[in-house]
Amino acid sequence: MIQVKNLTKYYHTLCAVDQINFDIKKGEILGLLGPNGAGKTTTLRMLTGYLQPSSGSIFVKGLSVDAHILEIKKILGYLPESAPLYHDMLVFDYLNYVAAIRQINGDQKIGRIRQLADLCGINEVMHQPIGELSKGYKQRVGLAHAMMNDPEVLVLDEPTSGLDPNQIVEIRKIIKEIGKEKTIILSTHILSEAEATCDRIAIINQGKIVADDSTESLKRSAGGKHIMYLSLQDADFSAVQNALEGINGIEGVTRISETPNTLDISLTYQPTDDLRPDVYRKIKETDWILLDFHQETRSLENIFRELTRES
Amino acid sequence: MRQVVHIFRKEFSTYFVSPIAYIVIAIFLLVTGWFFFSTFFIFNQANLRTFYTLLPIVFAFVIPAITMRLISEEINVGSDEILLTMPVTFRDVILGKFLASVALVVAMMIPTVAYPLTVSFMGQLDWGPVIGGYVGAAFLGAAFSAVGLFASALTRNQIIAFIIGLAICFTLTLIDKMLYFLPQSLLGVFSYLGADFHFQNIAKGIIDSRDILYFVSVCFVGLYAAYLTLLQRH
Repeated sequence: MIQVKNLTKYYHTLCAVDQINFDIKKGEILGLLGPNGAGKTTTLRMLTGYLQPSSGSIFVKGLSVDAHILEIKKILGYLPESAPLYHDMLVFDYLNYVAAIRQINGDQKIGRIRQLADLCGINEVMHQPIGELSKGYKQRVGLAHAMMNDPEVLVLDEPTSGLDPNQIVEIRKIIKEIGKEKTIILSTHILSEAEATCDRIAIINQGKIVADDSTESLKRSAGGKHIMYLSLQDADFSAVQNALEGINGIEGVTRISETPNTLDISLTYQPTDDLRPDVYRKIKETDWILLDFHQETRSLENIFRELTRES
Repeated sequence: MRQVVHIFRKEFSTYFVSPIAYIVIAIFLLVTGWFFFSTFFIFNQANLRTFYTLLPIVFAFVIPAITMRLISEEINVGSDEILLTMPVTFRDVILGKFLASVALVVAMMIPTVAYPLTVSFMGQLDWGPVIGGYVGAAFLGAAFSAVGLFASALTRNQIIAFIIGLAICFTLTLIDKMLYFLPQSLLGVFSYLGADFHFQNIAKGIIDSRDILYFVSVCFVGLYAAYLTLLQRH
Protein backbone atom coordinates (compact mmCIF):
# COMPACT_ATOMS: atom_id res chain seq x y z
CA MET A 1 0.00 0.00 0.00
CA ILE A 2 2.72 2.45 0.98
CA GLN A 3 6.39 2.20 0.06
CA VAL A 4 8.95 4.58 1.50
CA LYS A 5 12.39 4.49 -0.05
CA ASN A 6 15.53 6.26 1.21
CA LEU A 7 13.43 9.10 2.53
CA THR A 8 15.54 11.99 3.80
CA LYS A 9 14.66 15.43 5.10
CA TYR A 10 17.02 18.23 6.00
CA TYR A 11 15.94 21.38 7.82
CA HIS A 12 18.76 23.63 6.65
CA THR A 13 21.72 21.59 7.89
CA LEU A 14 19.85 19.55 10.49
CA CYS A 15 19.02 16.07 9.31
CA ALA A 16 15.57 15.24 10.70
CA VAL A 17 14.93 12.05 8.75
CA ASP A 18 17.85 10.04 7.48
CA GLN A 19 17.45 7.51 4.66
CA ILE A 20 14.50 5.59 6.05
CA ASN A 21 12.79 2.69 4.29
CA PHE A 22 9.60 0.89 5.14
CA ASP A 23 6.58 -0.73 3.54
CA ILE A 24 3.05 -0.86 4.83
CA LYS A 25 0.69 -3.52 3.63
CA LYS A 26 -3.00 -2.99 3.11
CA GLY A 27 -5.00 -3.35 6.31
CA GLU A 28 -1.99 -3.05 8.55
CA ILE A 29 -1.69 -0.75 11.56
CA LEU A 30 1.87 0.54 11.76
CA GLY A 31 3.09 2.39 14.83
CA LEU A 32 5.96 4.82 14.51
CA LEU A 33 7.57 4.88 17.89
CA GLY A 34 10.33 7.18 19.00
CA PRO A 35 11.44 9.77 21.54
CA ASN A 36 10.64 13.45 21.04
CA GLY A 37 12.38 14.93 18.03
CA ALA A 38 13.14 11.56 16.48
CA GLY A 39 11.57 12.49 13.14
CA LYS A 40 8.13 10.89 13.48
CA THR A 41 6.11 13.99 12.64
CA THR A 42 8.46 14.94 9.81
CA THR A 43 8.04 11.49 8.27
CA LEU A 44 4.26 11.70 8.47
CA ARG A 45 4.26 15.22 7.04
CA MET A 46 6.22 14.03 4.02
CA LEU A 47 3.89 11.07 3.64
CA THR A 48 0.88 13.38 3.47
CA GLY A 49 2.53 15.76 1.03
CA TYR A 50 2.68 18.65 3.47
CA LEU A 51 6.48 18.75 3.35
CA GLN A 52 8.71 18.06 0.38
CA PRO A 53 11.34 15.40 1.07
CA SER A 54 14.96 16.46 0.51
CA SER A 55 15.50 13.16 -1.27
CA GLY A 56 13.97 9.72 -1.54
CA SER A 57 10.55 8.68 -2.68
CA ILE A 58 7.16 7.71 -1.31
CA PHE A 59 4.58 5.66 -3.18
CA VAL A 60 0.99 5.29 -2.06
CA LYS A 61 -0.94 2.64 -3.96
CA GLY A 62 1.79 2.76 -6.58
CA LEU A 63 1.38 6.53 -7.08
CA SER A 64 4.34 8.75 -6.37
CA VAL A 65 3.74 11.56 -3.85
CA ASP A 66 5.80 13.88 -6.05
CA ALA A 67 3.71 13.55 -9.17
CA HIS A 68 0.24 12.50 -8.02
CA ILE A 69 -0.20 14.33 -4.76
CA LEU A 70 -3.78 15.38 -5.50
CA GLU A 71 -4.96 11.80 -6.15
CA ILE A 72 -3.17 10.63 -3.02
CA LYS A 73 -4.71 13.37 -0.88
CA LYS A 74 -8.12 12.10 -1.98
CA ILE A 75 -7.59 8.65 -0.47
CA LEU A 76 -5.70 9.87 2.57
CA GLY A 77 -6.98 11.11 5.91
CA TYR A 78 -4.59 12.98 8.17
CA LEU A 79 -4.81 14.09 11.78
CA PRO A 80 -1.87 16.39 12.56
CA GLU A 81 -0.36 16.57 16.00
CA SER A 82 -2.61 18.38 18.51
CA ALA A 83 -5.33 18.90 15.86
CA PRO A 84 -4.77 22.49 14.69
CA LEU A 85 -8.30 23.45 13.63
CA TYR A 86 -9.94 26.79 12.84
CA HIS A 87 -10.75 28.24 16.23
CA ASP A 88 -13.54 30.58 15.22
CA MET A 89 -15.62 28.00 13.34
CA LEU A 90 -18.42 25.94 14.84
CA VAL A 91 -17.78 22.21 14.84
CA PHE A 92 -20.69 21.56 12.50
CA ASP A 93 -19.65 24.34 10.10
CA TYR A 94 -16.15 23.00 10.10
CA LEU A 95 -17.16 19.43 9.28
CA ASN A 96 -19.53 20.80 6.67
CA TYR A 97 -16.65 22.68 5.08
CA VAL A 98 -14.40 19.63 5.15
CA ALA A 99 -17.17 17.56 3.56
CA ALA A 100 -17.51 20.17 0.80
CA ILE A 101 -13.77 20.16 0.12
CA ARG A 102 -13.88 16.36 0.12
CA GLN A 103 -16.66 16.67 -2.47
CA ILE A 104 -19.32 14.88 -0.49
CA ASN A 105 -22.57 16.40 -1.65
CA GLY A 106 -26.18 16.90 -0.71
CA ASP A 107 -27.95 14.30 1.42
CA GLN A 108 -24.84 12.19 1.75
CA LYS A 109 -23.09 15.06 3.47
CA ILE A 110 -25.41 15.39 6.46
CA GLY A 111 -25.52 11.61 6.79
CA ARG A 112 -21.76 11.34 6.81
CA ILE A 113 -21.38 14.12 9.37
CA ARG A 114 -23.96 12.46 11.67
CA GLN A 115 -22.23 9.13 11.33
CA LEU A 116 -18.83 10.61 12.22
CA ALA A 117 -20.29 12.60 15.10
CA ASP A 118 -21.66 9.34 16.56
CA LEU A 119 -18.43 7.45 15.96
CA CYS A 120 -16.23 10.12 17.52
CA GLY A 121 -18.70 11.13 20.25
CA ILE A 122 -18.92 14.81 19.38
CA ASN A 123 -22.70 15.15 19.12
CA GLU A 124 -22.96 17.38 22.18
CA VAL A 125 -20.41 19.93 20.92
CA MET A 126 -21.58 20.24 17.31
CA HIS A 127 -22.70 23.85 17.81
CA GLN A 128 -19.77 25.16 19.80
CA PRO A 129 -16.83 27.10 18.40
CA ILE A 130 -13.79 24.84 18.07
CA GLY A 131 -11.67 27.32 20.04
CA GLU A 132 -13.80 26.72 23.16
CA LEU A 133 -13.48 22.93 23.11
CA SER A 134 -11.30 20.98 25.48
CA LYS A 135 -8.26 19.29 24.03
CA GLY A 136 -9.93 15.90 24.00
CA TYR A 137 -12.90 17.12 22.01
CA LYS A 138 -10.63 18.98 19.61
CA GLN A 139 -8.76 15.75 19.04
CA ARG A 140 -12.03 13.96 18.29
CA VAL A 141 -13.13 16.65 15.85
CA GLY A 142 -9.72 16.24 14.21
CA LEU A 143 -10.33 12.52 13.98
CA ALA A 144 -13.74 13.11 12.41
CA HIS A 145 -12.04 15.47 9.95
CA ALA A 146 -9.47 12.81 9.06
CA MET A 147 -12.12 10.16 8.44
CA MET A 148 -14.51 12.36 6.47
CA ASN A 149 -13.69 10.85 3.08
CA ASP A 150 -13.64 7.29 4.40
CA PRO A 151 -9.91 7.20 3.58
CA GLU A 152 -8.07 4.08 2.51
CA VAL A 153 -5.01 5.29 4.37
CA LEU A 154 -5.35 7.01 7.71
CA VAL A 155 -2.36 8.91 9.09
CA LEU A 156 -2.57 9.86 12.77
CA ASP A 157 0.08 11.90 14.54
CA GLU A 158 -0.09 11.21 18.27
CA PRO A 159 -3.83 10.56 18.21
CA THR A 160 -4.26 10.12 21.95
CA SER A 161 -2.10 12.95 23.27
CA GLY A 162 -4.01 15.11 25.72
CA LEU A 163 -6.89 12.71 26.22
CA ASP A 164 -8.03 11.32 29.54
CA PRO A 165 -7.68 7.58 30.15
CA ASN A 166 -11.30 6.82 29.24
CA GLN A 167 -11.03 8.73 25.99
CA ILE A 168 -7.74 7.01 25.19
CA VAL A 169 -9.40 3.63 25.49
CA GLU A 170 -12.26 4.84 23.27
CA ILE A 171 -9.98 6.27 20.59
CA ARG A 172 -7.93 3.09 20.58
CA LYS A 173 -11.10 1.11 20.14
CA ILE A 174 -12.04 3.31 17.20
CA ILE A 175 -8.58 2.91 15.66
CA LYS A 176 -8.71 -0.86 16.06
CA GLU A 177 -12.17 -0.89 14.54
CA ILE A 178 -11.17 1.17 11.50
CA GLY A 179 -7.92 -0.74 11.21
CA LYS A 180 -9.79 -3.89 10.26
CA GLU A 181 -10.35 -2.56 6.74
CA LYS A 182 -8.05 0.44 6.44
CA THR A 183 -4.35 0.96 6.45
CA ILE A 184 -3.34 3.07 9.42
CA ILE A 185 -0.04 4.63 10.29
CA LEU A 186 0.18 6.34 13.65
CA SER A 187 2.97 7.91 15.60
CA THR A 188 3.27 7.85 19.34
CA HIS A 189 5.77 7.96 22.14
CA ILE A 190 3.53 5.95 24.43
CA LEU A 191 4.72 2.36 24.35
CA SER A 192 1.65 0.72 25.77
CA GLU A 193 -0.38 2.42 23.07
CA ALA A 194 1.76 1.04 20.27
CA GLU A 195 1.63 -2.35 21.94
CA ALA A 196 -2.15 -2.24 22.30
CA THR A 197 -3.12 -0.94 18.87
CA CYS A 198 -0.43 -1.73 16.31
CA ASP A 199 0.22 -4.85 14.26
CA ARG A 200 3.69 -3.65 13.51
CA ILE A 201 6.05 -1.23 15.16
CA ALA A 202 8.87 0.79 13.68
CA ILE A 203 11.11 2.47 16.20
CA ILE A 204 12.73 5.69 15.00
CA ASN A 205 15.66 7.35 16.66
CA GLN A 206 17.54 10.40 15.41
CA GLY A 207 15.95 10.10 12.00
CA LYS A 208 16.76 6.45 11.47
CA ILE A 209 14.64 3.34 11.80
CA VAL A 210 16.33 1.20 14.43
CA ALA A 211 13.76 -1.59 14.61
CA ASP A 212 10.88 -2.60 12.38
CA ASP A 213 8.97 -5.77 13.11
CA SER A 214 5.63 -7.13 14.22
CA THR A 215 4.75 -6.30 17.79
CA GLU A 216 4.95 -9.98 18.78
CA SER A 217 8.37 -10.74 17.36
CA LEU A 218 9.77 -7.47 18.66
CA LYS A 219 8.82 -8.55 22.13
CA ARG A 220 10.22 -12.02 21.57
CA SER A 221 13.47 -10.73 20.14
CA ALA A 222 13.96 -8.65 23.24
CA GLY A 223 15.83 -11.73 24.44
CA GLY A 224 18.98 -11.19 26.45
CA LYS A 225 19.10 -11.91 30.12
CA HIS A 226 16.23 -11.89 32.57
CA ILE A 227 16.52 -10.26 35.90
CA MET A 228 15.00 -11.24 39.25
CA TYR A 229 14.81 -8.84 42.18
CA LEU A 230 14.88 -9.93 45.80
CA SER A 231 14.56 -8.05 49.04
CA LEU A 232 15.64 -9.89 52.18
CA GLN A 233 15.67 -9.17 55.90
CA ASP A 234 18.25 -10.43 58.36
CA ALA A 235 20.55 -11.54 55.58
CA ASP A 236 24.20 -11.02 54.89
CA PHE A 237 25.26 -10.34 51.31
CA SER A 238 28.16 -12.77 51.08
CA ALA A 239 26.05 -15.57 52.54
CA VAL A 240 23.26 -14.83 50.09
CA GLN A 241 25.70 -14.69 47.24
CA ASN A 242 27.18 -18.06 48.14
CA ALA A 243 23.81 -19.68 48.53
CA LEU A 244 22.23 -18.36 45.34
CA GLU A 245 25.18 -18.70 43.03
CA GLY A 246 25.04 -22.39 43.76
CA ILE A 247 21.78 -22.66 41.84
CA ASN A 248 22.30 -24.00 38.36
CA GLY A 249 21.60 -21.26 35.77
CA ILE A 250 22.13 -18.17 37.91
CA GLU A 251 24.84 -16.10 36.27
CA GLY A 252 25.35 -13.34 38.76
CA VAL A 253 24.22 -11.89 42.05
CA THR A 254 24.49 -8.14 42.47
CA ARG A 255 23.95 -6.02 45.54
CA ILE A 256 21.63 -3.08 44.84
CA SER A 257 21.43 -1.61 48.33
CA GLU A 258 21.98 -2.68 51.87
CA THR A 259 20.63 -1.17 55.08
CA PRO A 260 21.06 -2.71 58.54
CA ASN A 261 17.70 -4.40 58.13
CA THR A 262 17.20 -5.16 54.49
CA LEU A 263 19.27 -6.30 51.59
CA ASP A 264 18.21 -5.74 47.99
CA ILE A 265 19.82 -7.88 45.33
CA SER A 266 19.32 -8.73 41.72
CA LEU A 267 19.94 -12.05 39.96
CA THR A 268 20.64 -12.39 36.27
CA TYR A 269 19.93 -15.60 34.40
CA GLN A 270 19.19 -16.90 30.90
CA PRO A 271 15.49 -16.79 30.05
CA THR A 272 15.42 -20.45 29.01
CA ASP A 273 14.42 -21.87 32.41
CA ASP A 274 12.16 -20.53 35.09
CA LEU A 275 14.42 -20.43 38.13
CA ARG A 276 11.96 -18.97 40.59
CA PRO A 277 11.08 -22.26 42.32
CA ASP A 278 14.78 -23.04 42.86
CA VAL A 279 15.46 -19.61 44.31
CA TYR A 280 12.46 -19.85 46.59
CA ARG A 281 13.43 -23.30 47.86
CA LYS A 282 16.93 -22.08 48.61
CA ILE A 283 15.64 -19.17 50.63
CA LYS A 284 13.20 -21.39 52.53
CA GLU A 285 16.14 -23.43 53.84
CA THR A 286 17.55 -20.37 55.61
CA ASP A 287 16.04 -18.06 58.22
CA TRP A 288 16.08 -14.96 56.04
CA ILE A 289 12.80 -13.18 55.73
CA LEU A 290 11.65 -12.65 52.17
CA LEU A 291 10.11 -9.16 51.71
CA ASP A 292 9.93 -8.85 47.95
CA PHE A 293 10.46 -11.21 45.08
CA HIS A 294 9.76 -10.27 41.47
CA GLN A 295 10.99 -10.93 38.00
CA GLU A 296 11.35 -8.25 35.37
CA THR A 297 10.00 -9.32 32.03
CA ARG A 298 11.72 -7.42 29.28
CA SER A 299 8.93 -5.55 27.62
CA LEU A 300 8.92 -3.12 24.73
CA GLU A 301 10.01 -0.51 27.18
CA ASN A 302 13.42 -2.07 27.58
CA ILE A 303 13.89 -2.50 23.87
CA PHE A 304 12.84 1.05 23.30
CA ARG A 305 15.21 2.40 25.91
CA GLU A 306 18.06 0.31 24.62
CA LEU A 307 17.56 1.33 21.00
CA THR A 308 16.96 5.00 21.58
CA ARG A 309 19.45 5.72 24.32
CA GLU A 310 21.63 8.74 23.60
CA SER A 311 24.83 7.45 22.14
CA MET B 1 -12.22 25.33 -9.45
CA ARG B 2 -14.90 23.94 -7.14
CA GLN B 3 -12.38 23.95 -4.32
CA VAL B 4 -11.82 27.69 -4.84
CA VAL B 5 -15.52 28.24 -4.25
CA HIS B 6 -15.52 26.21 -1.01
CA ILE B 7 -12.50 28.03 0.34
CA PHE B 8 -13.96 31.39 -0.72
CA ARG B 9 -17.23 30.62 1.05
CA LYS B 10 -15.50 29.56 4.23
CA GLU B 11 -13.20 32.59 4.35
CA PHE B 12 -15.96 35.03 3.52
CA SER B 13 -18.29 33.68 6.20
CA THR B 14 -15.43 33.67 8.73
CA TYR B 15 -15.22 37.45 8.25
CA PHE B 16 -18.82 37.80 9.34
CA VAL B 17 -18.72 35.20 12.11
CA SER B 18 -15.88 37.03 13.81
CA PRO B 19 -16.12 40.77 14.48
CA ILE B 20 -13.49 41.65 11.83
CA ALA B 21 -15.90 42.52 9.03
CA TYR B 22 -18.12 44.69 11.20
CA ILE B 23 -15.22 46.62 12.72
CA VAL B 24 -13.48 47.18 9.39
CA ILE B 25 -16.66 48.26 7.61
CA ALA B 26 -17.70 50.56 10.47
CA ILE B 27 -14.30 52.27 10.59
CA PHE B 28 -14.15 52.58 6.82
CA LEU B 29 -17.57 54.22 6.63
CA LEU B 30 -16.82 56.51 9.54
CA VAL B 31 -13.54 57.76 8.10
CA THR B 32 -14.69 58.19 4.50
CA GLY B 33 -18.07 59.60 5.56
CA TRP B 34 -16.52 62.18 7.83
CA PHE B 35 -13.83 63.35 5.41
CA PHE B 36 -16.23 63.46 2.51
CA PHE B 37 -19.11 65.32 4.09
CA SER B 38 -17.02 67.61 6.30
CA THR B 39 -15.71 69.41 3.21
CA PHE B 40 -18.60 68.67 0.85
CA PHE B 41 -20.59 71.82 1.65
CA ILE B 42 -17.48 74.03 1.52
CA PHE B 43 -16.71 72.95 -2.05
CA ASN B 44 -20.41 73.20 -2.87
CA GLN B 45 -20.09 70.88 -5.90
CA ALA B 46 -22.34 67.91 -6.66
CA ASN B 47 -19.64 65.28 -7.26
CA LEU B 48 -17.67 62.63 -5.38
CA ARG B 49 -14.18 63.98 -6.09
CA THR B 50 -13.12 64.31 -2.44
CA PHE B 51 -14.36 60.81 -1.71
CA TYR B 52 -12.32 59.33 -4.55
CA THR B 53 -9.24 61.40 -3.75
CA LEU B 54 -9.30 59.92 -0.29
CA LEU B 55 -10.20 56.35 -1.20
CA PRO B 56 -6.75 54.95 -2.17
CA ILE B 57 -5.14 56.10 1.06
CA VAL B 58 -8.01 54.72 3.16
CA PHE B 59 -7.82 51.44 1.25
CA ALA B 60 -4.06 51.31 1.91
CA PHE B 61 -4.90 51.15 5.63
CA VAL B 62 -8.10 49.11 5.60
CA ILE B 63 -7.31 46.35 3.09
CA PRO B 64 -4.13 45.09 4.77
CA ALA B 65 -6.25 44.83 7.93
CA ILE B 66 -8.67 42.62 6.01
CA THR B 67 -6.03 40.41 4.46
CA MET B 68 -3.55 40.19 7.35
CA ARG B 69 -5.07 37.08 8.93
CA LEU B 70 -5.76 35.13 5.75
CA ILE B 71 -2.56 33.11 5.61
CA SER B 72 -0.53 34.16 8.65
CA GLU B 73 -3.22 32.90 11.02
CA GLU B 74 -3.21 29.51 9.31
CA ILE B 75 0.55 29.29 9.69
CA ASN B 76 0.39 30.42 13.31
CA VAL B 77 -2.36 28.02 14.39
CA GLY B 78 -0.95 25.24 12.21
CA SER B 79 -4.23 24.75 10.38
CA ASP B 80 -2.38 25.06 7.05
CA GLU B 81 -1.28 21.50 7.73
CA ILE B 82 -4.91 20.42 7.72
CA LEU B 83 -5.87 22.57 4.75
CA LEU B 84 -2.95 21.56 2.55
CA THR B 85 -3.32 17.85 3.22
CA MET B 86 -6.87 17.93 1.87
CA PRO B 87 -7.21 17.63 -1.90
CA VAL B 88 -6.55 21.30 -2.68
CA THR B 89 -3.68 23.02 -4.43
CA PHE B 90 -1.84 26.18 -3.45
CA ARG B 91 -3.63 27.87 -6.33
CA ASP B 92 -7.06 26.97 -4.92
CA VAL B 93 -6.09 28.27 -1.49
CA ILE B 94 -4.68 31.57 -2.73
CA LEU B 95 -7.48 32.28 -5.18
CA GLY B 96 -10.19 31.39 -2.65
CA LYS B 97 -8.74 33.68 0.00
CA PHE B 98 -8.10 36.45 -2.51
CA LEU B 99 -11.69 36.37 -3.75
CA ALA B 100 -12.99 36.41 -0.16
CA SER B 101 -11.01 39.57 0.51
CA VAL B 102 -12.21 41.22 -2.72
CA ALA B 103 -15.78 40.28 -1.83
CA LEU B 104 -15.42 41.93 1.57
CA VAL B 105 -14.08 45.09 -0.08
CA VAL B 106 -17.13 45.11 -2.36
CA ALA B 107 -19.41 44.54 0.64
CA MET B 108 -17.68 47.43 2.36
CA MET B 109 -18.27 49.72 -0.63
CA ILE B 110 -21.98 48.93 -0.93
CA PRO B 111 -23.16 51.20 1.93
CA THR B 112 -21.21 54.12 0.38
CA VAL B 113 -23.73 54.13 -2.47
CA ALA B 114 -25.66 56.30 -0.01
CA TYR B 115 -23.14 59.13 -0.71
CA PRO B 116 -23.89 59.59 -4.43
CA LEU B 117 -27.60 59.07 -3.74
CA THR B 118 -27.54 61.86 -1.12
CA VAL B 119 -25.57 64.10 -3.44
CA SER B 120 -27.95 63.46 -6.34
CA PHE B 121 -30.81 64.94 -4.26
CA MET B 122 -28.85 68.12 -3.74
CA GLY B 123 -27.61 68.85 -7.23
CA GLN B 124 -27.08 67.65 -10.75
CA LEU B 125 -24.82 64.59 -10.29
CA ASP B 126 -22.88 63.23 -13.26
CA TRP B 127 -23.22 59.45 -12.83
CA GLY B 128 -20.40 58.60 -15.28
CA PRO B 129 -17.48 59.38 -12.95
CA VAL B 130 -19.41 57.88 -10.03
CA ILE B 131 -19.74 54.51 -11.75
CA GLY B 132 -16.14 54.78 -13.00
CA GLY B 133 -15.08 55.38 -9.41
CA TYR B 134 -16.82 52.24 -8.19
CA VAL B 135 -15.31 50.15 -10.97
CA GLY B 136 -11.91 51.64 -10.13
CA ALA B 137 -12.45 50.96 -6.43
CA ALA B 138 -13.11 47.29 -7.20
CA PHE B 139 -9.86 47.05 -9.20
CA LEU B 140 -7.92 48.97 -6.57
CA GLY B 141 -9.38 46.75 -3.84
CA ALA B 142 -8.40 43.63 -5.75
CA ALA B 143 -4.84 44.88 -6.32
CA PHE B 144 -4.36 45.81 -2.66
CA SER B 145 -5.91 42.49 -1.58
CA ALA B 146 -3.33 40.61 -3.66
CA VAL B 147 -0.54 42.67 -2.08
CA GLY B 148 -1.99 42.11 1.40
CA LEU B 149 -2.29 38.38 0.78
CA PHE B 150 1.37 38.26 -0.18
CA ALA B 151 2.29 40.12 3.02
CA SER B 152 0.19 37.65 4.99
CA ALA B 153 2.02 34.68 3.44
CA LEU B 154 5.37 36.11 4.55
CA THR B 155 4.92 35.79 8.29
CA ARG B 156 3.06 33.98 11.03
CA ASN B 157 2.49 37.26 12.86
CA GLN B 158 -0.63 39.16 11.82
CA ILE B 159 0.65 42.54 13.01
CA ILE B 160 3.78 42.20 10.89
CA ALA B 161 1.66 41.09 7.94
CA PHE B 162 -0.47 44.20 8.40
CA ILE B 163 2.51 46.53 8.55
CA ILE B 164 4.21 45.01 5.49
CA GLY B 165 0.94 45.15 3.54
CA LEU B 166 0.36 48.73 4.64
CA ALA B 167 3.91 49.75 3.67
CA ILE B 168 3.57 48.33 0.15
CA CYS B 169 0.05 49.69 -0.45
CA PHE B 170 1.02 53.08 0.94
CA THR B 171 4.07 53.25 -1.32
CA LEU B 172 2.01 52.23 -4.34
CA THR B 173 -0.51 54.95 -3.53
CA LEU B 174 1.94 57.78 -2.99
CA ILE B 175 4.78 56.89 -5.33
CA ASP B 176 3.68 59.32 -8.05
CA LYS B 177 3.45 62.12 -5.49
CA MET B 178 7.03 61.61 -4.39
CA LEU B 179 8.32 61.98 -7.91
CA TYR B 180 10.17 65.22 -7.30
CA PHE B 181 12.83 63.16 -5.50
CA LEU B 182 13.58 61.31 -8.70
CA PRO B 183 15.62 62.16 -11.79
CA GLN B 184 13.66 63.24 -14.85
CA SER B 185 14.52 60.05 -16.75
CA LEU B 186 12.75 57.78 -14.27
CA LEU B 187 9.66 59.95 -13.98
CA GLY B 188 7.60 58.14 -16.59
CA VAL B 189 8.25 54.68 -15.17
CA PHE B 190 7.44 55.64 -11.60
CA SER B 191 4.31 57.58 -12.35
CA TYR B 192 3.08 54.48 -14.16
CA LEU B 193 3.67 52.45 -10.96
CA GLY B 194 1.39 54.67 -8.88
CA ALA B 195 -1.90 53.04 -7.95
CA ASP B 196 -3.49 56.39 -7.20
CA PHE B 197 -2.64 57.71 -10.68
CA HIS B 198 -4.43 54.81 -12.38
CA PHE B 199 -7.35 54.89 -9.98
CA GLN B 200 -7.96 58.60 -10.52
CA ASN B 201 -7.94 58.00 -14.29
CA ILE B 202 -10.75 55.49 -13.97
CA ALA B 203 -12.56 57.66 -11.41
CA LYS B 204 -12.77 60.43 -14.02
CA GLY B 205 -15.10 58.09 -15.85
CA ILE B 206 -12.56 57.06 -18.49
CA ILE B 207 -12.03 53.34 -18.46
CA ASP B 208 -8.70 52.89 -20.23
CA SER B 209 -7.24 49.45 -20.93
CA ARG B 210 -3.83 50.66 -19.65
CA ASP B 211 -5.26 51.35 -16.20
CA ILE B 212 -7.10 48.03 -16.13
CA LEU B 213 -3.90 46.29 -17.22
CA TYR B 214 -2.02 47.96 -14.39
CA PHE B 215 -4.40 46.65 -11.72
CA VAL B 216 -4.53 43.20 -13.26
CA SER B 217 -0.73 43.06 -13.27
CA VAL B 218 -0.50 44.12 -9.63
CA CYS B 219 -3.00 41.37 -8.75
CA PHE B 220 -1.04 38.82 -10.71
CA VAL B 221 2.33 39.81 -9.24
CA GLY B 222 0.93 39.85 -5.69
CA LEU B 223 -0.79 36.48 -5.99
CA TYR B 224 2.15 34.86 -7.73
CA ALA B 225 4.51 36.16 -5.04
CA ALA B 226 2.17 34.72 -2.40
CA TYR B 227 2.17 31.41 -4.28
CA LEU B 228 5.97 31.31 -4.39
CA THR B 229 6.18 32.19 -0.72
CA LEU B 230 3.87 29.31 0.21
CA LEU B 231 5.78 26.94 -2.06
CA GLN B 232 9.05 27.97 -0.46
CA ARG B 233 7.63 27.28 3.01
CA HIS B 234 7.01 23.64 2.09
